[in-house]
Amino acid sequence: MTTVVSSGLDPYRRVLPNGAVVIVQETAFSPAVTMNFGFRAGSLDEPDDRPGLAWFLGRVIDRGTASRSADDIAEVLDDRGVALRVTTNRHVVTLSCTCLAEDFRDVLEVLADVARNAAFPTEEIEKRRAEAITAIRQDQDNTGVRAAEALQRLLYGERHPYGRPAKGSVASVERFTRDDLVAHHERHFAPETMTIVIVGDVRAAEAADAVQAAFDGWNKPHSAPRDVPPVVRTTARQRLIIEMTDKSQSDIAYGFTSISRLDPTYCSHWVMNNILGQFGLGGRLAENIREKQGMAYYAYSSFDPSLGPGPLVIRAGVDPANVQRTIAAIDAEVGALGRDGATDRELAETLQFLVGSIPRMLETNQSIATFLQTAEFFALGLDYDRRLPSLLRAVTRDDVRAAAASVLDPDRASVAVAGPK
Amino acid sequence: MRAAHLDNGLKLLIQELHTAPLVSVWCWYRVGSGDEPPGQTGVSHWVEHMNFKGTTNIPRDEMKGIVEKFGGTWNGYTWIDQTTYLETAGKDALDTLLFIEAERMARGLYEPQECESERTVIISELQGGENDPDQLLDIEVTGTAFRAHPYRHPTIGWIDDLRSMTRDDLYGHYRRYYVPQNATLVVVGDVDTEEVLRRAETHFGGIAGGTSPLRQRPAEPQQIGERRVVLEREGTTAYLKLAWHAPEARHADFLPMLVLDAALTGAKGLNIWSSFRGAPPQRRARLYTALVEKGLASAVGGAMLPTREPFLYSIGLTAMEGVALDALEAAATAEIERVRVAGLTELEVTRAKRQLRARLVFETDSVTNVAHQIGYFETVTGPGFLDDLPARLAAVTPAHVADVAARYLSRERRTVGWFRPLKGGE
Repeated sequence: MTTVVSSGLDPYRRVLPNGAVVIVQETAFSPAVTMNFGFRAGSLDEPDDRPGLAWFLGRVIDRGTASRSADDIAEVLDDRGVALRVTTNRHVVTLSCTCLAEDFRDVLEVLADVARNAAFPTEEIEKRRAEAITAIRQDQDNTGVRAAEALQRLLYGERHPYGRPAKGSVASVERFTRDDLVAHHERHFAPETMTIVIVGDVRAAEAADAVQAAFDGWNKPHSAPRDVPPVVRTTARQRLIIEMTDKSQSDIAYGFTSISRLDPTYCSHWVMNNILGQFGLGGRLAENIREKQGMAYYAYSSFDPSLGPGPLVIRAGVDPANVQRTIAAIDAEVGALGRDGATDRELAETLQFLVGSIPRMLETNQSIATFLQTAEFFALGLDYDRRLPSLLRAVTRDDVRAAAASVLDPDRASVAVAGPK
Repeated sequence: MRAAHLDNGLKLLIQELHTAPLVSVWCWYRVGSGDEPPGQTGVSHWVEHMNFKGTTNIPRDEMKGIVEKFGGTWNGYTWIDQTTYLETAGKDALDTLLFIEAERMARGLYEPQECESERTVIISELQGGENDPDQLLDIEVTGTAFRAHPYRHPTIGWIDDLRSMTRDDLYGHYRRYYVPQNATLVVVGDVDTEEVLRRAETHFGGIAGGTSPLRQRPAEPQQIGERRVVLEREGTTAYLKLAWHAPEARHADFLPMLVLDAALTGAKGLNIWSSFRGAPPQRRARLYTALVEKGLASAVGGAMLPTREPFLYSIGLTAMEGVALDALEAAATAEIERVRVAGLTELEVTRAKRQLRARLVFETDSVTNVAHQIGYFETVTGPGFLDDLPARLAAVTPAHVADVAARYLSRERRTVGWFRPLKGGE
């Protein structure tokens, strides 16, 4: 009963004379275009004494260029119904937006100007600084964020870039200067750190020409991206409790360091995580914690692709009285999968799901853009969507058992809980 | 799009879209938290949860995995006017998805132990929402703005009702509302319309039609004076919410209000399933320039949602660190009063309409979102609402917008909510 997958992707890739990579995928669902500008300039590459700088740069980068004021930029985008989103993760700062096909060239021109010539006006830095501090204060009041950030700290240590909160701290944001922003932009926003993905109602070669024209004459060196510092695997159980008295519910974040996206066993880990905490409502974890014990609205695990050993994170939100029972249930599921691996049926169902979900994953312009950006970043190849089914189907029960055994062990789990006593 | 009825009254809306080998099936019921009697608040949402807990021919532990075999995703949601269930999967799943929805409509098990287990899951969902001060404030403001109409209680229900409702309450609600006469089945994707009709007849044709329950809700009396609610709890950030009684989707004032909201806070569009998840374009919006750019608020949002009966237009503001709520409220009120007195400029109205036109394109970017819009408006407003929407939107003038601003956004029709954070130990 396996769904037949017909690959929809046929991306066009061009390396511009200045070294930038442009990928275009034509789609015909609606007269809209999504564009993603990704730069290898994420939090890994910020100075260790400037935590949060890459994220903060994302708040200011689109607030003025050498020739356009923040108002000018807002005018072009707002008038066309475009909301520019800047996201920052460990490795990449991404500018992304969707516009009507008729507005593609106008919006492209503004984004290219922002990427090349961001001016970081002092007045804008001060406005965005106050917003950033408010956002960090909001995070401090959020049980989910507090637990997740505490887990990152336990897993990687405060000094490792993967261990720090992406937004930094109030203290670090207060210290950022315009020079810090200009320096980060100068070092890490350059043609060779950039991948542009365009998906939508465009002609591929014409869109690539338009991008090439928008970046014509932009040639500059950049600092070599930083290698991920070594990660020391935890060998003993660690636990951290954050008390937040007025809250109704406690959030649990429980996890391990795992593997790099570049690791050849990545697909085995992906399948293993799906069985543990994704399949259906949330894999074995939700079956136990939500369906059998009725303790949580959400219980799941996630496993994000990273250059270095990324975290495998289990999350659940429960009544404060049920925290110990929930941790015991997580221990039981983690222990069982780590010890015994998955059943034949689980493996078959998960593979059928993951392979069958590829067309759905690649349905919207935004999801295609994200997929192609990831494929380019990790050098997975432009035909990755066509190779993926066979890569997944090659995963065996032994592979899943080995992946689970290498990561899942309650005796070395890190556990953070935020909520009432 | 093809519209058809089975003999038992089930309405079918089918749209073929052959851009990807996918199908999205949604089954909509004309029941939501606005239909709940006192003492049973939250019953519609709890029933939605129970409808994933097993049917005569799909035991609970087999529900998980059926859609996944086709690479599919599934979900459901409940709001004030509607309850809906969806699956989007490879097109070969069509027959299975129709089978699931027919089972859900007619043959839910409602086993007592499953009802009990779900009670605590829902209480956990409620408590998770209470952890968020902004959400907590929204519930308090809505409850304060309405006195008689059942839109006043949150869709998840009041905690005491969730603790006291019984299996029979749930099952009674399910049997009353889950009948073909009260439902619409929407199918969008890489399908053949005739085949969908045949298969729908196979799966749903044998279900007794029932009757569509009358929706008689108490009318909300006209609000004659400002109302206020102040929450003080441990926290780090202050929030302000302003809410006014607003027209329902079918009212002639609805689109001018939608344009007004776009000009004040940025256009969201009309898809509450997807559009409201990302930030709208708002840097030129009135309240953004007056409050965020002036350093009084770190974020502003507006919600003018399409509903069956008059609901609320609300504006939510996050106070900037160090800004007092009374200063933020005064500045927001002053800007809204300016719009009430002088209206918007021609440019603002043109921009807002252009934004909305773009958002209507962006929010139908998948078979899932196309199907949502078809089913949502069929259920909430009745047929025809979407057909001439772009034309009606284009016809909105600055005079319309000025008129609705002056009439709806008055002080005596508003409810003001403050969340004032108490630092630990204060």
